[in-house]
Amino acid sequence: MIYQGKQKIWADYQKEIPDDRWYYVRSCIRQNFFPGAEKMFMEICRNVLKKDFYESASHTTCGGIAYHCDTIPQETVMTIVARQFALMTEAGYENYVASCITSFGNYIEILETWNEFPELEAKIREMLWKACRREFNKPKYVAHASDLIYKYRNLIAERAKYRLINKNTGEPLKVVEHIGCHYSKMFPSKGVGGAEYPYVLCGMVEAWGGNVIDYPERRHCCGYGFRQYHIKANRGYSISNTHKKFESMEPYHPDMIITNCPGCPYFMDRWQYAIAEMEGKTYGENGYGIPVFTYEEVAGLVLGYDPWDLGLQLHQVAVEPLLDKMGIEYDPKRKYEGLNHKDLLKPELPGVLRCC
Amino acid sequence: MGKLYDELAKDYRVREGLKTCINCGTCTAICPAAEFYKYDPRKIVDIVQSKDEAAIEKLLKSDVIWYCGECMSCVTRCPRKNAPGLVIMALRNLSARLGYFVCSEKGRQLYPLTKILTGNILNYGYCVYPDTFRWEDHVESGPVMKWHLEHKEDTFARVGANFKGDGPGILRKIPQESLDELKSIFDVTGGTERIEAVNKFSEEKAAEMGMDMDEYLEETFTHISPGHLNSEED
Repeated sequence: MIYQGKQKIWADYQKEIPDDRWYYVRSCIRQNFFPGAEKMFMEICRNVLKKDFYESASHTTCGGIAYHCDTIPQETVMTIVARQFALMTEAGYENYVASCITSFGNYIEILETWNEFPELEAKIREMLWKACRREFNKPKYVAHASDLIYKYRNLIAERAKYRLINKNTGEPLKVVEHIGCHYSKMFPSKGVGGAEYPYVLCGMVEAWGGNVIDYPERRHCCGYGFRQYHIKANRGYSISNTHKKFESMEPYHPDMIITNCPGCPYFMDRWQYAIAEMEGKTYGENGYGIPVFTYEEVAGLVLGYDPWDLGLQLHQVAVEPLLDKMGIEYDPKRKYEGLNHKDLLKPELPGVLRCC
Repeated sequence: MGKLYDELAKDYRVREGLKTCINCGTCTAICPAAEFYKYDPRKIVDIVQSKDEAAIEKLLKSDVIWYCGECMSCVTRCPRKNAPGLVIMALRNLSARLGYFVCSEKGRQLYPLTKILTGNILNYGYCVYPDTFRWEDHVESGPVMKWHLEHKEDTFARVGANFKGDGPGILRKIPQESLDELKSIFDVTGGTERIEAVNKFSEEKAAEMGMDMDEYLEETFTHISPGHLNSEED
């Protein structure tokens, strides 16, 4: 009965996501820390599913992190975004997809503010013309990249080489899903499933064979907090929030975590290392951490891509325990190699957190 | 300049984010910052809607407006559809404009934030960039990140990035014409003026504190005084 209630709420927040012809913009954080995720997104959309996803070399940061660190005025971030829309318009596209959750929230906030205050949109159009001699149409549809993988989740499942199943027990893997705050907390109707029961990652996990874990702090922020991480003196805020989430999920023994935000996988991965070194506490089995993935990385594993082609060697928490559970074949000797088997040495091993 | 409240009321984030607060405290209950810092968004929103000039000025000069992480969890839960997080952003914006941010330790952090983030945007076209992400400033990123940064040309190439390359792709070199457009946007929209204001007020404060700008940068990036946290006694 209650489950039907949740299903009803999810149904109220379903989005009609266009199937094809997208203008793609990248994420500052993901390009730095999880570059393989964006590579995999384009691989799936363009090469596996043969969809039209266009990227312009001229697009830039949306300025979202600088805006949420309060270093640039609202007019500045709005005009940077207006320029991105102009590039989309000039390229002949109407559907706009952002790799980043901060960007996605930024785009939605700006479009909603312009709807509410048309005089501000007019002012930004004037500023863009003065600064860049460009004009723009507003996108017909703005999506986050996870919306697209959610839309294509069954197509991916049809092509799956591996499933989110423990090959030793035959049981579904226990998966924590973590949604970036700016995906739907500000504008619930813009996210698949809304803010209370976001379904965008649950849908992927279920389609690919796993079980989603519900736990008390499921919707708590990962702890990024913008200035609360970028300034060294404030990072206690960041690690404290991540710690709260891990303490809350620990009793449910997750096999893995899947995220749809740029910062969240970074913080949930790196702060596990820091907590282990500071407190001697680890949250995975046998001294390992709980592996944290982007949704594209999980899709790539399900489709049978080599874990090191996906960039999983750039995670601090070892992913091998999860690969072994899924029965994924990999060559441990190639983990830290460069192109053409180039020897890049290896990272040092942490003192407490077990790594491979 | 008009009264402080009048200035705040011109900000679209206040017009969007503050209708009528009923002081229920739901925002404080859900707030990650309130759990960690001595911080109560309910009180901040109440001070703003009180239009009390002296109280608003005190707020603009205080640490408390800088405790929020802008996660916007408060927006989802407010029963009156307010957005305390947006009101905080408007307060910070006014504090930056007026130079009040240098009056508090957390406010002074605006100097390193501005230097790092707007520097990355204007020089590279990204908010975060590998050449300016110093591992020594981020030891929590772990030994894998240290290895990644030491071998970044090779590690990025291994996963198919286009690091510093022409054309589209991951971490491509943003064309100079695009960087020039970003600079022009900053000039036209007040972004450059904001950077200059933050620098000017910070330089004055550094002189007052007897520091050169390198020392001030280090101080504001790393120093934390006692008294900010809930876990500390008053």
